[in-house]
Amino acid sequence: MRNAERLCLAHFCVAFAAFLGAAMLGAWQMWVRSPLGANIGTPGQYFMSVTAHGVAMAYVLSTFFIMGFGYFVAVTALGRPLPGKVWAWAAFWMAVLGVVMALVPILLGQASVLFTFYPPLTASPWFYIGLVLVVAGSWVWCVLMLVAMRAWKRENPGQPVPLAMFGTVANAVMWLWTTVGVAVELVFQVIPASFGLVQTVDAGLARTLFSWTLHAIVYFWLIPAYIAFYTMVPRAAGGRLYSDTMGRVTFILFLIYSLPVGMHHLMMDPQHGNGWKFIQVLLTAFVTVPTLLTIFTISASLEIAGRLRGGRGLFGWIAALPWERPTVLAAGLAFVMLGFGGFGGLINMGYGMNAMVHNTSWVTAHFHLIFGGSVVIMYFAIAYEVWPRLAGREHPSPAPLRLQLWLWFLGMMVMTLPWHWLGLQGQWRRVANFNYADPIIAGWGPLVVVSLGGGLVLLASALLFVRNLAVLHRSPVPTLQRPLYALAVHPPQRVPAALNGFGLWNVLVLILMLLAYGYPLAQFVIAPSPAAMVHRVN
Amino acid sequence: MTDHPAELHERRILGTELLWAFGVGVLIAATLSVIVFTALTRDINPPSNVERIDPKTLHLSGEFAEQNLGTTVTADGGVTVRVIATQFMFVPRCIAVPRQRRVTLRFATPDVVHGLLITGTNVNTMVVPGFVAQVHTEFPRSADLLMPCHEYCGLGHSEMWATVQVVPEDDFKPDQDGRVSCAQR
Repeated sequence: MRNAERLCLAHFCVAFAAFLGAAMLGAWQMWVRSPLGANIGTPGQYFMSVTAHGVAMAYVLSTFFIMGFGYFVAVTALGRPLPGKVWAWAAFWMAVLGVVMALVPILLGQASVLFTFYPPLTASPWFYIGLVLVVAGSWVWCVLMLVAMRAWKRENPGQPVPLAMFGTVANAVMWLWTTVGVAVELVFQVIPASFGLVQTVDAGLARTLFSWTLHAIVYFWLIPAYIAFYTMVPRAAGGRLYSDTMGRVTFILFLIYSLPVGMHHLMMDPQHGNGWKFIQVLLTAFVTVPTLLTIFTISASLEIAGRLRGGRGLFGWIAALPWERPTVLAAGLAFVMLGFGGFGGLINMGYGMNAMVHNTSWVTAHFHLIFGGSVVIMYFAIAYEVWPRLAGREHPSPAPLRLQLWLWFLGMMVMTLPWHWLGLQGQWRRVANFNYADPIIAGWGPLVVVSLGGGLVLLASALLFVRNLAVLHRSPVPTLQRPLYALAVHPPQRVPAALNGFGLWNVLVLILMLLAYGYPLAQFVIAPSPAAMVHRVN
Repeated sequence: MTDHPAELHERRILGTELLWAFGVGVLIAATLSVIVFTALTRDINPPSNVERIDPKTLHLSGEFAEQNLGTTVTADGGVTVRVIATQFMFVPRCIAVPRQRRVTLRFATPDVVHGLLITGTNVNTMVVPGFVAQVHTEFPRSADLLMPCHEYCGLGHSEMWATVQVVPEDDFKPDQDGRVSCAQR
């Protein structure tokens, strides 16, 4: 098992190193965009920083954390050694090589195209190839997760796959589907252009392919947080999971509905008709279902814990919960941020309503709340739970952990609530420096400064997080043996095959993807749109 | 597991879950109904005209040639504004539009992906090379509004913005070619 522990820690170290660097860049970006930092830094530095921030947070932190956590779940939830450890290490080093390969051109200013690429803008080919290597590493992880589940099923015929692993494999299967869009875009359109093999790019097609990936990738980041909600939080609170079946249904719904909805990112694009946009809005409405079901199930699970601890009355159980435990606190704060972020998301998906907020700070606020807020705070909670088991040491005190989580929550709220308001006022995205001499923009100044304050609190929290892990790593307290995963109120004895695997659901994903993306992609083949000339940034 | 309180019996749990799922269904149905209702009755739809144009030649002739850019009033009184979004400016840099009158905005780009919004309004569209982006709107109040590029288009992106002058009907006077330019202030 030692080797598996080192494997997980190696992934977490890369993930959180990228996170810390990206948090620093984020704070700097907010500074130079604010009235306090006006005229500091060049656009070249700013967009280099935005590219590095996005790549580090969206591709490195998320992918490495999810891989490391997946290996941990495969070993601990299945209670058997990880198959293909050599492959796992090879995938790790390939992905690390990819990160370095992408980072060098970014820092040289040869790849300032942000993490969403925007062809016909074209960066150094090594930037894209590096990112492809990261994704290829994650594909190896996906296969290993499937192999581990298969092997466990063979050894335990007819038994329900433990929920934590079921969620992890759901994520792996979804990720294989998700990455097809961006892989096709990079391999067939962007990388040939970056090597100068072709002079033009079909921008509408590239945007459509990227949208295939762009929404489901967010659920790839999110599912580990949901695994923690279902399997760790009820245990940490001292209760039981209200319903194991609901967990399985939730992960299956994520697999089905995360994919055929990406076009809601293209609502304001001219290359798709309203009918296709509306079909994906319809499907997007259903992607709220797993989250709404989760809120119910986890609240009910926490209520069980609260009542076991003597909580009375309609809301008395909430006060009775052990909020001093970091995992419970993180889950509570994550729910609040999920509430605000989710509400904002409903506006984004609102078809015509999207015009109010598209490409404004509202959207930046939305995804910082959902990913940076709810998801990343659960990454912290998972790290705080899992790291002691990996390192064999215990946190000397939970107080700095709680402080760090509170700072992250407060910083995120103070940063993003002004952004929502500024977005409604029309403050647009991806701006190196605003012209505060303009009367409209000048009025936004005070709120921009408030949000900068939130950003600095977030940076403090990020530093404290890394400090907490460093303290843990040198802690003299040996780790306590305690169970991690929650039992369900009614632990499943047998579950239908449909709730114990993904074969059937893959067929459904295929049908929905054909329905949602079939014609919108085929139109570029039937009647190619006039291509755009490649514009190099390197 | 026989010592569960009544509210944790399996059938009871399933019952609460189904009730919640029903509530979720009602919420989604209500949300989608509002979207469909406003789309059909108030014509609130995203800008989606799927009209192709070649980015390599659009400036040479046709409606996006230089002499045709800006605000044009046709004989039947329709107001159309044509703007090119290019690294890193809008052409023209200022457009004049009448207050409280239906306006058609048409955008195209010869180079990379751009986008725009007009502050204080719901005008918002991407400008993707290969396609004409079209938005219909009505500006309710006279004002000078900002029209920035809101999609990353290169290092000069932050400097890319135009002004929209919304003028009262009396001040909106087309010349003999039906063209209206921004007032010098």
